[in-house]
Amino acid sequence: MTTPPATPLVAISDLKVHFDLGRHRVVKAVDGVSLDIRTGETLGLVGESGCGKTTLGRAVLRLVEPTGGKVLFRDVDIASLSRRDLRKIRRHMQMIFQDPYAALDPRMTVGQIIAEPIETFDLANGNDKRARIQELMATVGLSARFINRYPHEFSGGQQQRIGIARALAANPDFIVADEPISALDVSIQAQILNLMERLQAERNLTYLFISHDLRAIRHASDRVAVMYLGKVVELAGGKEIYRRPLMPYTKALISAVPVPDPEVEAVRRRIVLEGDVPSPINPPSGCRFHTRCPYAVPACSQVEPGLVEIEPSHYAACIRISAEQPDIEKVAPGATPGLNNGV
Amino acid sequence: MLLSVRNLRTYFDEDGRVVKAVDGVSFDLERGETLGIVGESGSGKSVTNLTIMRLIPSPPGRIAGGEVIFDGRNLLALPDEEMRKLRGRRIAMVFQDPMTSLNPFMRISRQLTEVTRLHLGHGKAEAYEHAVHMLEMVGIPDARKRAEGYPHEFSGGMRQRVMIAMALSCKPELLIADEPTTALDVTIQAQILELIKNLKQETGTSEILITHDLGVVAGTTNRVVVMYAGKVFESAPTGELFSRPGNPYTKGLLQSVPDPTCDTKELFQIPGLPPDVANLGPGCPFAPRCFRAEAICKEQFPPFVALTPSHHSLCHFADEIYKGAS
Repeated sequence: MTTPPATPLVAISDLKVHFDLGRHRVVKAVDGVSLDIRTGETLGLVGESGCGKTTLGRAVLRLVEPTGGKVLFRDVDIASLSRRDLRKIRRHMQMIFQDPYAALDPRMTVGQIIAEPIETFDLANGNDKRARIQELMATVGLSARFINRYPHEFSGGQQQRIGIARALAANPDFIVADEPISALDVSIQAQILNLMERLQAERNLTYLFISHDLRAIRHASDRVAVMYLGKVVELAGGKEIYRRPLMPYTKALISAVPVPDPEVEAVRRRIVLEGDVPSPINPPSGCRFHTRCPYAVPACSQVEPGLVEIEPSHYAACIRISAEQPDIEKVAPGATPGLNNGV
Repeated sequence: MLLSVRNLRTYFDEDGRVVKAVDGVSFDLERGETLGIVGESGSGKSVTNLTIMRLIPSPPGRIAGGEVIFDGRNLLALPDEEMRKLRGRRIAMVFQDPMTSLNPFMRISRQLTEVTRLHLGHGKAEAYEHAVHMLEMVGIPDARKRAEGYPHEFSGGMRQRVMIAMALSCKPELLIADEPTTALDVTIQAQILELIKNLKQETGTSEILITHDLGVVAGTTNRVVVMYAGKVFESAPTGELFSRPGNPYTKGLLQSVPDPTCDTKELFQIPGLPPDVANLGPGCPFAPRCFRAEAICKEQFPPFVALTPSHHSLCHFADEIYKGAS
C-alpha cells in the first residue's frame, strides 16, 4: 500500500442521514461519519445489515439527501450543488449495485443500457458511440455479439458485467460498488472481483467497496472502515484490521467469519456476541455497541467515543483503549484509558 | 448407518425438456455425523434434500430412480401416510428463510405445539410447556412471553432460532438444514452455527448441512459432498477435502475464496458459467470450465474414482489431482 499524503478524491465530514418516521421517531442511518477516500485506492466499508453502509454510499453520490455534513468531491461540496451542476459531476461518480438484474431496465438491450450514460453526457455519437459500447463490452468480458440482447437472457454474473460496463461508460474516476458480488455464485464472485481489480489498475479508478463479506473486503481493499449503527467504529489498512482488530465489535465481527480451513476452524476462538443489533431508531446511548460488548463498563453507556488514532493510521472508537494501552485484553478491569480522547 | 442415498435421480419436465436436477447422487450418513453438501445454485443440493423428504412438487418434478434408505427402510417406497408420520418427527428441516417457513398469522406457541401434539400426542398443557422449554433451549430470552408473539415481532436471527426449536422439538434423528445462515449477518450466523452444534451434541441428532459457503462446512461437518450439475463431484472427510482435494472443481472453488489468513493479489478464478442441466453433453459437465480438461473429458463421462476407501472423485484425472501433480 503506497499512500502519498495527497488530497483525497472524496472527503466526507460529519455526514448525517436521518430518516424521519414521524411521531418523533428518527432513524439515524448515518450519524456523523468522517472519512477520506484517496485517489486510486479501494476503501472497504463493512458492517452488518442496518449499520448504514448502503445509505452512506448513496449519500456520497447524493442519491439520498444528507441531513447534515459535507461530501467534497475534488473540493466541491456535493451537498450544496444545484441539480444541473450535480448532473455534470455525476459523470465522474458511478455506482454498481447488489442485484444486477433489478438495476438494469428489462426493456432495454445491453447496447441501449450501456449507451445511456454516453448519451446523457453527450460523449459520443453514431459509429463512435457504437465502437465505444463494443469496447466497453470487451473490457468487461462480454462478447459484442450480445449487444442486442436483453438483461434476462444473461446469468447473474453476466448481468453484473453489464452493470459494470454501464458504470464505466462515462469514464468515471470514482465508483461506489454496493455489495457487487453478494448475489453471485461462489465461482463467479472471483471473476467479478478480479475484473474490478483489473479495471482499477487500467483506469486508475477509486472505489468505495461496500460489503458485509469480510473475506471479500479484506481481499479487495487497501483500507477498511467498519460501521455499526450509523457510526464508523474502526478504520485501518485492510491487512492490519484483519490481523489486529482493536475495537471489540471489529474483533467479534472478524472472529465470526468462517475460514475455509478445518484446521484453523478447529483451534480458533470465536467471540460469539449476545443478542441482535439494536434498532437504529433510538439507538443505545454512549457507545452504540455497549449493549452487546463483552468489555463494556458503565461509562460506555454515557460517553460517545470518538474515532481516535490508536496506532499509526489505525483508528478506533472505544474509550477502553488508548494509544498507550491499545490491547483491550490487557487493560485493567474497569479502566477507561481512552476516556480523555476525542470525546 | 442412519441414511443411505443410492443413485438418486430427480427430473423436472419443463417445456418438453428434461431438467436433470439430481442425476445419480449417492452418499451415506452415519448416526451422530454431520454431512455438508456444498454446491452453487442449480447444482441440485436442495433438490436432493427435498427428494429425501419427498417434497418434490409433481408435476413438473418426478423421482426418476434410486433409493433413500433411512434406518433400514426405503423412504421412496413408503405410503404417503407413513411418510407424513416420519416428517417432522424423525426427520426435520430448517430452511434458509425463516419468514417464509413460519405462518405469519399464527402465534409462535401455536406453531410449536402443533408439531408435538401431532407427533408426540402431547396434551395442550404439556405441549405448551414443551414449546416454552424448546424456546429457552435455543436461547430466546423471556421465552414464555415471546411464545405469545407473532413471527414478524422477531428478528431474522430469532426467527431462525424458532425454526430450530420447532425442528428439534420431537427430537428427530436427522436434521436437514438448507442454507440455515445464508440470510443472516455474520455475527448472527456464528450464534446459530454454535447453537446447532451444541444442540446436536445434546440430542445426538445427525445433520445434513446444505450450503454454498466452504467456510461454514469447514468448521461444522465430518464429511463433505461437493455437487455440480446434479452430480456428486467429490465426497470426502472434511479435513481431507480441504487439504487434499481430488477434483478440479473442488480445487478451483477452494482457491477462488479469498483466504483472510494469507495474501494473494489475484484470486484464482473458474472461468465461464455453470451449465444448463437440461442440455448436457456426454462428457464431464465441468469440462468447459476445467483447467485440466482434455479431449477425453468432453467425450466420455468421468469415472467416480475411489482415492481412498472414504474419498471419491468424479474425474478422469482424479488420481493426478489428488497427488497434487496439477
